[in-house]
Amino acid sequence: MSTKTVPEPEPHVLAVDDSIVDRTVISRLLRSSKYRVTTVDSGKRALEVLSLDRNVHMIITDYCMPEMTGFDLLKRVKESAELKEIPVVLMSSENSPTRIRRCLEEGAEDFLIKPVRPSDVSRLCNRVIMK
Amino acid sequence: MAAAALTSQLNALVNNMFAMGLLDDQFQQLQMLQDSTAPDFVSEVVTLFCDDGERIICELARQLEKPNVDFDRVDSYVHQLKGSSASVGAQKVKNTCIQFREFCQQRSRDGCLKTLDLVRTEFYDLRNKFQAMLQLEQQIQACYPKH
Repeated sequence: MSTKTVPEPEPHVLAVDDSIVDRTVISRLLRSSKYRVTTVDSGKRALEVLSLDRNVHMIITDYCMPEMTGFDLLKRVKESAELKEIPVVLMSSENSPTRIRRCLEEGAEDFLIKPVRPSDVSRLCNRVIMK
Repeated sequence: MAAAALTSQLNALVNNMFAMGLLDDQFQQLQMLQDSTAPDFVSEVVTLFCDDGERIICELARQLEKPNVDFDRVDSYVHQLKGSSASVGAQKVKNTCIQFREFCQQRSRDGCLKTLDLVRTEFYDLRNKFQAMLQLEQQIQACYPKH
């Protein structure tokens, strides 16, 4: 009698970016690394998704967004008892040491400089999701 | 035979875009992300970039026509265009956006207007070449009918 191995579900990543171009690129990068991806265009929508679906293994968010920045979203996630264990990765086209330090001190797992590369995504998989 | 000639034309066009500094290696990263599971990825991203870029440039022109220019708002739009340019590998447009942001920070309306003209010219030049690229790709695909 053979036993079928049930494949592990793909890790689910929530990608947040107000730029449709960047959402499309980051989504493809993550899908090509075998993640299941949900994309939203704002921090507010990200929190709506998280309130409905707690099965999110990582949040990757742009820093500069109108109304709610990626930093604001990071703070909201880390202040929430239900969400705080979800790793949050920030992305920005600005390589600002002050900004990076601020995000890491607030609990971000990593800070990627855009444009994000496949090697950045591989590194995230090994370090963040497989923990 | 036709497919080979079209492919040769396409390669020459894209190589020229790299040689002229219109594109950088980020575009090659996008090409590498295209495969059988996402066969239209590059055309999708390029089309989104062209539409988004057009929208931003129109908005920039509108903002700079105002008697009291909101330079922070202008800078925010330029930042968006710079970001999407970087994401598709549009090197020339991206670099001009960097200059544009400096004029925003200097609150120089003249500087902003001159740079807007430049970014507009570079963007439309790139867009035309992207459109030619996508047309050639469609023609090549048409040479291989799906069964």
